[in-house]
Amino acid sequence: MTQTEFLDIVMPFKDKVFRLAKRLLVSREEAEDATQEILMKLWNNKTKIQEYKNVEAFSMTMTKNFCLDKLKSKQAQNLKLVHSNYQDHKVSLQKQLELNDSLNWVSKIIEDLPEQQKMIIQLRDIEQYDFDEISKMLDMNNTAIRVSLSRARKTIREKLTNTHSYGIK
Amino acid sequence: MVLNNIEELLVKYENGETTLNEEQQLKDYFSQDTVEPHLEMYKPMFAYFLVNQQEQFTKDVPLKTKKIEIYKWISVAAVAVLMIGFYFNRPVSQEDLGTYEDPEMAYNEVKKSLEMISTHLNKGASSINYLNEVDNTTSLIFKK
Repeated sequence: MTQTEFLDIVMPFKDKVFRLAKRLLVSREEAEDATQEILMKLWNNKTKIQEYKNVEAFSMTMTKNFCLDKLKSKQAQNLKLVHSNYQDHKVSLQKQLELNDSLNWVSKIIEDLPEQQKMIIQLRDIEQYDFDEISKMLDMNNTAIRVSLSRARKTIREKLTNTHSYGIK
Repeated sequence: MVLNNIEELLVKYENGETTLNEEQQLKDYFSQDTVEPHLEMYKPMFAYFLVNQQEQFTKDVPLKTKKIEIYKWISVAAVAVLMIGFYFNRPVSQEDLGTYEDPEMAYNEVKKSLEMISTHLNKGASSINYLNEVDNTTSLIFKK
Protein backbone atom coordinates (compact mmCIF):
# COMPACT_ATOMS: atom_id res chain seq x y z
CA MET A 1 0.00 0.00 0.00
CA THR A 2 1.45 3.34 -0.92
CA GLN A 3 1.46 6.42 1.24
CA THR A 4 -1.29 8.11 -0.74
CA GLU A 5 -3.57 5.10 -0.57
CA PHE A 6 -3.05 4.99 3.16
CA LEU A 7 -3.76 8.68 3.53
CA ASP A 8 -6.95 8.28 1.49
CA ILE A 9 -8.20 5.77 4.01
CA VAL A 10 -7.05 7.58 7.10
CA MET A 11 -7.70 11.24 6.29
CA PRO A 12 -11.51 11.14 6.60
CA PHE A 13 -11.43 10.04 10.23
CA LYS A 14 -8.16 11.34 11.61
CA ASP A 15 -9.95 14.36 13.07
CA LYS A 16 -12.41 12.09 14.81
CA VAL A 17 -9.57 10.12 16.33
CA PHE A 18 -8.03 13.36 17.50
CA ARG A 19 -11.25 14.66 19.01
CA LEU A 20 -11.90 11.44 20.88
CA ALA A 21 -8.34 11.47 22.19
CA LYS A 22 -8.76 15.07 23.25
CA ARG A 23 -12.05 14.30 24.97
CA LEU A 24 -10.34 11.67 27.06
CA LEU A 25 -6.90 13.19 27.59
CA VAL A 26 -8.14 16.81 27.80
CA SER A 27 -4.82 18.34 26.82
CA ARG A 28 -4.40 19.22 23.17
CA GLU A 29 -0.74 18.24 23.08
CA GLU A 30 -1.41 14.86 24.63
CA ALA A 31 -4.22 14.28 22.16
CA GLU A 32 -1.98 15.22 19.24
CA ASP A 33 0.69 12.81 20.40
CA ALA A 34 -1.88 10.08 20.86
CA THR A 35 -3.30 10.64 17.39
CA GLN A 36 0.14 10.55 15.88
CA GLU A 37 0.92 7.34 17.70
CA ILE A 38 -2.28 5.73 16.48
CA LEU A 39 -1.73 6.76 12.87
CA MET A 40 1.81 5.41 13.06
CA LYS A 41 0.51 2.13 14.39
CA LEU A 42 -1.98 1.93 11.55
CA TRP A 43 0.76 2.72 9.06
CA ASN A 44 3.04 0.04 10.46
CA ASN A 45 0.26 -2.49 10.14
CA LYS A 46 -0.85 -1.24 6.76
CA THR A 47 -0.68 -4.69 5.22
CA LYS A 48 -3.40 -5.86 7.58
CA ILE A 49 -5.61 -2.81 7.09
CA GLN A 50 -7.27 -4.19 4.01
CA GLU A 51 -8.48 -7.19 5.95
CA TYR A 52 -10.46 -5.06 8.37
CA LYS A 53 -14.03 -4.44 7.38
CA ASN A 54 -14.31 -1.12 9.13
CA VAL A 55 -11.00 0.65 9.54
CA GLU A 56 -12.67 3.66 11.09
CA ALA A 57 -14.38 1.73 13.87
CA PHE A 58 -11.19 -0.23 14.42
CA SER A 59 -9.18 2.97 14.76
CA MET A 60 -11.67 4.46 17.17
CA THR A 61 -11.44 1.37 19.35
CA MET A 62 -7.67 1.62 19.19
CA THR A 63 -7.87 5.26 20.23
CA LYS A 64 -10.15 4.42 23.11
CA ASN A 65 -7.85 1.70 24.41
CA PHE A 66 -4.75 3.76 23.88
CA CYS A 67 -6.11 6.76 25.76
CA LEU A 68 -7.50 4.72 28.61
CA ASP A 69 -4.13 3.01 28.97
CA LYS A 70 -2.49 6.37 28.97
CA LEU A 71 -4.84 7.67 31.64
CA LYS A 72 -4.26 4.59 33.73
CA SER A 73 -0.50 4.96 33.59
CA LYS A 74 -0.84 8.64 34.45
CA GLN A 75 -2.90 7.79 37.47
CA ALA A 76 -0.42 5.15 38.53
CA GLN A 77 2.38 7.66 38.31
CA ASN A 78 0.25 10.13 40.19
CA LEU A 79 0.84 12.73 37.53
CA LYS A 80 -1.69 15.37 36.77
CA LEU A 81 -2.55 16.13 33.19
CA VAL A 82 -1.72 19.72 32.58
CA HIS A 83 -3.31 21.40 29.67
CA SER A 84 -2.89 24.84 28.27
CA ASN A 85 -5.47 25.26 25.55
CA TYR A 86 -5.77 28.92 26.06
CA GLN A 87 -6.38 29.98 22.52
CA ASP A 88 -9.42 32.03 21.75
CA HIS A 89 -10.83 31.74 18.27
CA LYS A 90 -13.61 34.25 18.67
CA VAL A 91 -13.71 38.00 18.36
CA SER A 92 -14.41 39.41 21.75
CA LEU A 93 -17.90 40.68 21.28
CA GLN A 94 -19.96 40.71 24.42
CA LYS A 95 -22.41 38.17 23.10
CA GLN A 96 -19.73 35.83 21.86
CA LEU A 97 -17.85 36.09 25.12
CA GLU A 98 -20.95 35.04 26.93
CA LEU A 99 -21.48 32.19 24.56
CA ASN A 100 -17.86 31.15 24.89
CA ASP A 101 -18.22 31.24 28.60
CA SER A 102 -21.18 28.94 28.56
CA LEU A 103 -19.37 26.66 26.10
CA ASN A 104 -16.57 26.43 28.61
CA TRP A 105 -19.14 25.42 31.17
CA VAL A 106 -20.32 22.61 28.96
CA SER A 107 -16.78 21.49 28.37
CA LYS A 108 -16.10 21.48 32.12
CA ILE A 109 -19.24 19.53 32.81
CA ILE A 110 -18.31 16.92 30.23
CA GLU A 111 -14.81 16.74 31.67
CA ASP A 112 -16.30 15.74 34.99
CA LEU A 113 -18.27 12.86 33.53
CA PRO A 114 -16.96 9.32 33.88
CA GLU A 115 -14.77 8.20 30.98
CA GLN A 116 -17.35 5.93 29.44
CA GLN A 117 -20.02 8.63 29.35
CA LYS A 118 -17.49 11.07 27.94
CA MET A 119 -16.74 8.70 25.09
CA ILE A 120 -20.37 8.04 24.37
CA ILE A 121 -21.26 11.74 24.33
CA GLN A 122 -18.29 12.36 22.07
CA LEU A 123 -19.15 9.59 19.64
CA ARG A 124 -22.87 10.20 19.59
CA ASP A 125 -23.51 13.90 20.04
CA ILE A 126 -20.37 15.25 18.45
CA GLU A 127 -19.34 12.68 15.87
CA GLN A 128 -22.90 11.48 15.23
CA TYR A 129 -22.20 7.79 14.93
CA ASP A 130 -25.19 5.50 15.10
CA PHE A 131 -25.62 3.10 17.99
CA ASP A 132 -24.44 0.05 16.09
CA GLU A 133 -21.15 1.69 15.27
CA ILE A 134 -20.66 2.90 18.82
CA SER A 135 -21.37 -0.55 20.18
CA LYS A 136 -18.70 -1.94 17.89
CA MET A 137 -16.19 0.72 18.88
CA LEU A 138 -16.72 0.49 22.60
CA ASP A 139 -17.59 -3.19 22.74
CA MET A 140 -20.85 -2.54 24.61
CA ASN A 141 -24.42 -3.48 23.80
CA ASN A 142 -26.92 -0.95 22.53
CA THR A 143 -29.03 -0.75 25.71
CA ALA A 144 -26.00 -0.10 27.88
CA ILE A 145 -24.98 2.68 25.53
CA ARG A 146 -28.46 4.22 25.61
CA VAL A 147 -28.55 4.13 29.40
CA SER A 148 -25.12 5.66 29.68
CA LEU A 149 -25.93 8.30 27.09
CA SER A 150 -29.18 9.21 28.79
CA ARG A 151 -27.39 9.56 32.13
CA ALA A 152 -24.72 11.76 30.61
CA ARG A 153 -27.23 13.98 28.85
CA LYS A 154 -29.30 14.37 31.99
CA THR A 155 -26.24 15.27 34.04
CA ILE A 156 -25.21 17.89 31.53
CA ARG A 157 -28.71 19.35 31.43
CA GLU A 158 -29.04 19.44 35.22
CA LYS A 159 -25.70 21.11 35.73
CA LEU A 160 -26.44 23.58 32.96
CA THR A 161 -29.83 24.40 34.47
CA ASN A 162 -28.10 25.07 37.77
CA THR A 163 -25.53 27.42 36.31
CA HIS A 164 -28.20 29.01 34.17
CA SER A 165 -30.50 29.82 37.07
CA TYR A 166 -27.86 30.66 39.68
CA GLY A 167 -25.35 32.31 37.46
CA ILE A 168 -21.73 31.46 38.03
CA LYS A 169 -21.24 29.15 40.97
CA MET B 1 -46.67 23.30 17.47
CA VAL B 2 -42.98 23.43 16.63
CA LEU B 3 -42.27 24.03 20.29
CA ASN B 4 -44.30 21.00 21.36
CA ASN B 5 -42.37 18.95 18.91
CA ILE B 6 -39.06 20.20 20.27
CA GLU B 7 -40.08 19.51 23.84
CA GLU B 8 -41.10 16.00 22.93
CA LEU B 9 -37.82 15.49 21.17
CA LEU B 10 -35.94 16.78 24.20
CA VAL B 11 -37.59 14.19 26.44
CA LYS B 12 -36.72 11.48 23.98
CA TYR B 13 -33.25 12.92 23.67
CA GLU B 14 -32.62 12.71 27.38
CA ASN B 15 -33.70 9.10 27.38
CA GLY B 16 -31.25 8.37 24.63
CA GLU B 17 -34.03 7.39 22.24
CA THR B 18 -33.68 9.96 19.50
CA THR B 19 -32.44 9.05 16.06
CA LEU B 20 -29.55 10.91 14.50
CA ASN B 21 -32.06 12.72 12.34
CA GLU B 22 -34.07 13.97 15.30
CA GLU B 23 -30.91 15.04 17.05
CA GLN B 24 -30.02 17.06 13.99
CA GLN B 25 -33.42 18.77 14.25
CA LEU B 26 -32.65 19.69 17.84
CA LYS B 27 -29.26 21.00 16.87
CA ASP B 28 -30.80 23.08 14.14
CA TYR B 29 -33.42 24.49 16.47
CA PHE B 30 -30.93 25.44 19.15
CA SER B 31 -28.54 27.06 16.74
CA GLN B 32 -31.14 29.75 16.09
CA ASP B 33 -30.63 33.10 17.71
CA THR B 34 -33.82 32.99 19.74
CA VAL B 35 -35.08 29.96 21.58
CA GLU B 36 -37.85 29.70 24.15
CA PRO B 37 -36.65 31.19 27.45
CA HIS B 38 -37.32 28.03 29.43
CA LEU B 39 -35.18 26.03 27.00
CA GLU B 40 -32.32 28.50 27.07
CA MET B 41 -30.03 26.21 29.07
CA TYR B 42 -29.91 23.68 26.26
CA LYS B 43 -28.43 26.20 23.91
CA PRO B 44 -24.80 26.08 25.05
CA MET B 45 -24.90 22.30 25.05
CA PHE B 46 -25.86 21.99 21.41
CA ALA B 47 -23.65 24.90 20.47
CA TYR B 48 -20.76 23.11 22.15
CA PHE B 49 -21.43 19.95 20.15
CA LEU B 50 -21.42 21.90 16.90
CA VAL B 51 -18.25 23.82 17.74
CA ASN B 52 -16.43 20.67 18.77
CA GLN B 53 -17.32 18.99 15.54
CA GLN B 54 -15.10 21.48 13.72
CA GLU B 55 -11.89 20.82 15.58
CA GLN B 56 -9.15 19.39 13.41
CA PHE B 57 -5.94 17.52 13.79
CA THR B 58 -3.26 19.74 12.30
CA LYS B 59 -0.02 18.02 13.18
CA ASP B 60 1.45 15.98 10.37
CA VAL B 61 2.39 12.39 10.71
CA PRO B 62 5.86 11.21 9.79
CA LEU B 63 5.23 8.10 7.74
CA LYS B 64 8.45 6.20 7.50
CA THR B 65 8.70 3.42 5.00
CA LYS B 66 10.35 0.21 6.02
CA LYS B 67 12.72 0.13 3.03
CA ILE B 68 15.72 1.20 5.10
CA GLU B 69 15.41 -1.83 7.27
CA ILE B 70 15.32 -4.12 4.24
CA TYR B 71 18.59 -2.61 2.98
CA LYS B 72 20.13 -3.23 6.37
CA TRP B 73 19.27 -6.91 6.18
CA ILE B 74 20.47 -7.17 2.60
CA SER B 75 23.91 -5.91 3.65
CA VAL B 76 24.03 -8.38 6.51
CA ALA B 77 23.20 -11.19 4.12
CA ALA B 78 25.85 -10.02 1.65
CA VAL B 79 28.53 -10.09 4.34
CA ALA B 80 27.47 -13.55 5.40
CA VAL B 81 27.64 -14.81 1.80
CA LEU B 82 31.12 -13.34 1.42
CA MET B 83 32.40 -14.97 4.58
CA ILE B 84 31.01 -18.35 3.63
CA GLY B 85 32.58 -17.93 0.18
CA PHE B 86 36.01 -17.30 1.67
CA TYR B 87 35.67 -20.19 4.05
CA PHE B 88 34.89 -22.78 1.39
CA ASN B 89 37.36 -21.44 -1.18
CA ARG B 90 40.47 -22.23 0.86
CA PRO B 91 42.95 -24.19 -1.31
CA VAL B 92 42.55 -27.74 -0.14
CA SER B 93 45.49 -30.12 -0.90
CA GLN B 94 44.16 -33.40 0.21
CA GLU B 95 45.24 -35.47 -2.76
CA ASP B 96 45.47 -39.19 -2.19
CA LEU B 97 49.18 -40.06 -2.04
CA GLY B 98 48.67 -43.83 -1.89
CA THR B 99 49.93 -46.24 0.73
CA TYR B 100 51.97 -49.43 1.04
CA GLU B 101 50.36 -52.73 1.82
CA ASP B 102 53.48 -54.66 2.75
CA PRO B 103 55.19 -53.51 6.00
CA GLU B 104 58.58 -54.71 4.74
CA MET B 105 58.29 -52.58 1.66
CA ALA B 106 57.09 -49.63 3.67
CA TYR B 107 60.08 -50.02 6.00
CA ASN B 108 62.45 -50.06 3.04
CA GLU B 109 60.87 -47.06 1.47
CA VAL B 110 61.06 -45.10 4.73
CA LYS B 111 64.69 -46.13 5.17
CA LYS B 112 65.41 -45.05 1.63
CA SER B 113 63.90 -41.65 2.04
CA LEU B 114 65.51 -41.13 5.45
CA GLU B 115 68.88 -42.06 3.95
CA MET B 116 68.27 -39.64 1.18
CA ILE B 117 67.53 -36.93 3.72
CA SER B 118 70.65 -37.76 5.72
CA THR B 119 72.99 -37.77 2.70
CA HIS B 120 71.61 -34.45 1.64
CA LEU B 121 72.03 -33.16 5.14
CA ASN B 122 75.63 -34.38 5.26
CA LYS B 123 76.26 -32.82 1.91
CA GLY B 124 74.99 -29.55 3.25
CA ALA B 125 76.98 -29.91 6.43
CA SER B 126 80.21 -30.76 4.58
CA SER B 127 79.85 -27.61 2.56
CA ILE B 128 80.23 -25.60 5.75
CA ASN B 129 83.24 -27.67 6.90
CA TYR B 130 85.57 -24.89 5.93
CA LEU B 131 84.27 -22.95 8.89
CA ASN B 132 86.47 -25.27 10.99
CA GLU B 133 89.36 -23.36 9.46
CA VAL B 134 88.32 -20.39 11.56
CA ASP B 135 88.79 -22.50 14.67
CA ASN B 136 92.16 -23.74 13.48
CA THR B 137 93.39 -20.23 12.72
CA THR B 138 92.22 -18.75 16.00
CA SER B 139 93.89 -21.60 17.90
CA LEU B 140 97.09 -20.79 16.03
CA ILE B 141 96.84 -17.15 17.10
CA PHE B 142 95.82 -17.66 20.69
CA LYS B 143 98.25 -20.42 21.50
CA LYS B 144 97.69 -22.01 24.71
